[in-house]
Amino acid sequence: MSDNPEKKTVKETAEPTTASSTGTSAASSAENSAESSAENVVLRVENLCVDFRTENGAARAVSNANLTVERGQTVAIVGESGSGKTTLAMAVLGLLASNGSVAEGHIWFKDEDLGKVSPQRMAQLRGTELGLVPQDPMTNLDPIMQIGRQIDAGLIDNGLRTRRDARTRTVELLDEVGLPDARARAAQYPHEFSGGMRQRALIAMGLSGRPALLVADEPTSALDVTVQRGILDQLSGLTQELGTAVLLITHDLGLAAERADTVVVMYRGDIVEQGPARQVLTAPQHEYTKRLMAAAPSLASRRIEIARERGLDEVLDDALLAHGEETTAEADVLVSVKDVSKVFSIRGKGLFSRSTGFTAVDGVSLDIPRGSTVAVVGESGSGKSTLARMILDIEKPTTGSITFDGGVVGAGNHRDQIAYRRRVQPVFQDPYSSLDPLYSVFRAIEEPLRAHDYGDAAARRARVEELADQVALSKGQLQRFPAELSGGQRQRVAIARALALSPELVVCDEAVSALDVVVQAQILQLLAGLQENLGLTYLFITHDLAVVRQIADRVLVMQEGRVVEEGTVDSVFDSPATAYTRALLDAIPGKDLELAL
Amino acid sequence: MLRLIVQRLLLLIPLLLGLSILLFGWVRALPGGPVQAMLGERYTPEAAAEIEAEMGLDQPLPVQYGKYLLRLLQGDFGTSLQSGRPVLEEFITRFPATIELTVVALVFAIGIGIPLGYVAARRSGSIIDHSAVVVSLIGVTVPVFFLAFILKYIFAVELGWFPTTGRQSATMIATHPTNFYVLDGLLTAEWDAAWDALMHLILPGIALGTIPLAIVARMTRAAVSEVQNADYVRTARAKGIKPARLRSEHILKNAMLPVVTTIGLQVGLLLSGAVLTETVFAFSGIGSFLANSVFRADYPVMQGFILLIAVVYALVNLIVDVSYGLIDPRLRRQQ
Amino acid sequence: MSANELPVTGGPAAEPLHTSIHGDGPGGQDHGGEGVWARAWRTLRKNPVAIIGAVIVAVFVLVAVLAPVLAPYGGSELPGRTEVRPTMIPGPSAEYPLGLDRYGGDVLSKLIWGAQASLLIGVLSTLFGLTGGLLLGLLAGWFGKSVDFAIMRLVDLMLSVPSLLLAVSIAAIAGQSSMAVIVAIGVVQIPIFARLLRGSMLAQKGQDYVLAASALGLTRRSVTMSHVLPNSVGPVIVQATLSLATAVIEAAALSFLGLGGGEPSTAEWGRMLTAAQQELAVAPRLAILPGICIAVTALGFTLVGESLREALDPRNRTRR
Repeated sequence: MSDNPEKKTVKETAEPTTASSTGTSAASSAENSAESSAENVVLRVENLCVDFRTENGAARAVSNANLTVERGQTVAIVGESGSGKTTLAMAVLGLLASNGSVAEGHIWFKDEDLGKVSPQRMAQLRGTELGLVPQDPMTNLDPIMQIGRQIDAGLIDNGLRTRRDARTRTVELLDEVGLPDARARAAQYPHEFSGGMRQRALIAMGLSGRPALLVADEPTSALDVTVQRGILDQLSGLTQELGTAVLLITHDLGLAAERADTVVVMYRGDIVEQGPARQVLTAPQHEYTKRLMAAAPSLASRRIEIARERGLDEVLDDALLAHGEETTAEADVLVSVKDVSKVFSIRGKGLFSRSTGFTAVDGVSLDIPRGSTVAVVGESGSGKSTLARMILDIEKPTTGSITFDGGVVGAGNHRDQIAYRRRVQPVFQDPYSSLDPLYSVFRAIEEPLRAHDYGDAAARRARVEELADQVALSKGQLQRFPAELSGGQRQRVAIARALALSPELVVCDEAVSALDVVVQAQILQLLAGLQENLGLTYLFITHDLAVVRQIADRVLVMQEGRVVEEGTVDSVFDSPATAYTRALLDAIPGKDLELAL
Repeated sequence: MLRLIVQRLLLLIPLLLGLSILLFGWVRALPGGPVQAMLGERYTPEAAAEIEAEMGLDQPLPVQYGKYLLRLLQGDFGTSLQSGRPVLEEFITRFPATIELTVVALVFAIGIGIPLGYVAARRSGSIIDHSAVVVSLIGVTVPVFFLAFILKYIFAVELGWFPTTGRQSATMIATHPTNFYVLDGLLTAEWDAAWDALMHLILPGIALGTIPLAIVARMTRAAVSEVQNADYVRTARAKGIKPARLRSEHILKNAMLPVVTTIGLQVGLLLSGAVLTETVFAFSGIGSFLANSVFRADYPVMQGFILLIAVVYALVNLIVDVSYGLIDPRLRRQQ
Repeated sequence: MSANELPVTGGPAAEPLHTSIHGDGPGGQDHGGEGVWARAWRTLRKNPVAIIGAVIVAVFVLVAVLAPVLAPYGGSELPGRTEVRPTMIPGPSAEYPLGLDRYGGDVLSKLIWGAQASLLIGVLSTLFGLTGGLLLGLLAGWFGKSVDFAIMRLVDLMLSVPSLLLAVSIAAIAGQSSMAVIVAIGVVQIPIFARLLRGSMLAQKGQDYVLAASALGLTRRSVTMSHVLPNSVGPVIVQATLSLATAVIEAAALSFLGLGGGEPSTAEWGRMLTAAQQELAVAPRLAILPGICIAVTALGFTLVGESLREALDPRNRTRR
């Protein structure tokens, strides 16, 4: 992994561009010489290598990283999980896990070499000169300490405020990040806060010492999309106002494009490319960045793209025509959901309290035409997964009915139910839990064949190999176990298993949400190809509108159990009818990226 | 908080009812039947007839159970075959001794277990860490009464540092208003009596406290290891708080949550262990009395004591749950 | 698992650029086609603690099984009856390597026969508890709802009595025999196994793969038997190993309380320890030797159980 031929050339081209990148953030100083910009440098990372001790010896998580962050500038480090981006940031803060250490190189913060300062000095720098906004708001606040006290403690220990007036300052800080009723809120505990409020509190905490450099590690990726934008705006507004330099860690190229002056792309511990955001994104040099760009959530429909690639203009025309003439397609509706509701009863917490009803799905109707892809979009708690489970006949609707190819779902006896299972198959979100850890890939794909008495052992083997071939799994991988596969490979296995019985409808419940963006694109492409070849019908459940655009024909937007908008992908994306859909669309990071390209 | 206590107390009722049914059935399942079990060696046809009438053995089982339950509610737990005194009275006179012993054992277990586990986790891989592992292994593999033998042999028989048996030296003359001997000594200002009673508690306390010590140390080590790698601890470090505050307010306090629950569960172990330890040291608490009852097939005592011990155990766990609520705000929330 | 040796290469053709925590990292060995249990076995083989535990257990089992061959005298024989006096119990000699006890039994022989008794009690009572617990846990995990509720209340009830007292009261019903001790210790284990299996099954039931299996059209029985149960037994097997240790200790405690019947001179570790109480000042070895045997045996099972727990821990599994 160290002999990467492109790495050197990239670095050579990258460094000069970094110097000129001041132009975007401080136009007035663009003409300044290199000397004065060196004065402005807050952070300079030189040939940094970080190692982790593991059972199998030292593993290098970051190798030869070089980057600079200037005063008031935002530098984004973009990469997939495992690319070393968070490790790099934690090395800067001196907060590496106990088995990690800086093996080589220097981290210069202003005039100090952070590798050489004492732990006391480092602790002093954190909270005054260096700040952190961590990733997951659910785990980053001490659950048994009042929010206000957690911020007070930092102020007091850093000598910024005395014990007496710390709380006043804390309330100011919470107010500043847009937390309503800050004084009362400061006396509450984390479990009384929503995810967004917690993240605001963490931003207040990160900025409480007015640091010169703020490390923001995926500051919004754990939040719902509509909440994300508000938090990001608050964060960038505040850092701009305070002149804080930001090291933004993200997996989201769109987010980086939108918020950063300079983009640093990391891949497997190496910085493969860096430069002004626009330049990196419009003219990527390194192969990996190119792939990342190609896979980035695009507003062009993937299906159309595939058709274009093959030069099948007729397919394209058909697709477009189908959008226009919905009435003619009605005859071929595969699934029809009529006014379906689902009420769950929740047992009261108290000994004698009654159970109450919770309406997860509220009067939803939809049709899925054969051979098409329908997407249901919504945030967590919108009822979209419950809807999917009812179509899969795992949950029974409280009221309303679902028909599949003319027959009512869930009405027949056990035999009918098993027959139905052959025709409708799910692919679930989490590739880590959707496969039985004790089953090899072969057994996992073979299981549905055996359950439905498909041929003899030889016939099943042939079918499994055929399926593996269809989802691009190698023969060797059939002997492996889920723990030995990557997320993308697992999802391929799950798809192969779902296709084993040649179903007509495949329900994909957030099937690509847990995957890194490059893999996500590969899986979506695979699904689109399979649809083309096998004539499948898809129901896509997702919170990710970019995915919808790539794969779906029709889209339903759900909010709090109801369908708030429905239509073709183009009509919903181009002219959203409800404010909620508009908010969802606005929340897609990197919308502007598309326009820039 | 009050609601939580009331709720937990209400949950005790079905538990105790269930237990009383089991114990009612138990007496009837004993070899020789309930009358034989209730009378033991004092069995005579007259006494048997009397007992039969009292228990209403000719009546249907539900009626018999109803009568048993009624007697329990009136505080009548039966009569000891050994002493001829009411079971409840025997329990109440001996219970203070066992409480004293259990407290000493718990102080020993917590006082050493928590610091040991904490240091072991903070200095993972150090000598202290390794010794904590060894201590926790010894704690769970050595039988309590064997440990009691060894302690008694070395420190009482060979070295003579501590008394070998009993709650109080035979030569000591003291008054006992509460039956908590150490407390009595302090209350009546008989300092030598208090000291003497305390010395009698040390060896059995250590023997009894070793298993809980092992478990508490192990739990603390695991909890601290986990908490010190928690995201919020890293975030707290990132905001630059002092190490002392980090340790006391974030790490220790959060790590105590699972440890507190564990300590509550140890009380069951302590009450089991007291039966063995008290016997080895001839320490007259409920444990040694119960062990004697087992030897002599004194079933009324076994029946009554098991029920009373279950009540004590449940109450202790109630107290632990409530104190858990005091540390963890998530449980304090009112609906 | 013949696939173990297959030299499968890591890099999948479709995702050459993809990395994840599960990918083959630097220095990571490739163990293609290795299941959870095979992986646990490989971890165990490399763990010195597990090896020490396994050696202790192996020695104990060997001694127990080969007792008739190894022991110089029979379990109930009292070869030195004439040499023992109330004031003087002969210590180690050429004829009796570990000396005599106060009944005139050869201590070495009795320790060897005691191993057999302990193994028998340990294995039988754990099997008893395991069977009962699995049955209850399976019923609760399978039917759920009211069956689950009833079973769990029963389990709560059993756990509300401190374990030794529960064992004592059961032994009192079962009468004075070594079978009574086995049943008593076994019953005490039942609620522990039941609760463990139920919790474990409940956790597995919520996993997507179970949902996927039912969506594939598998019956509830085959979903439970081929997916839920095999994935739930890990913690139960760990607990069973640890139970063997507890059983040996508890058996000694019950003997100490005079339960289990038979002669006071029976070749059984707990009984020997109890009898030695009288001669603590005269011949401490009589207490120390069986005590050490109990502790070391319990240690062996504990080490194996704990290492197994560690090897099966999914948190350790995903970490490379």
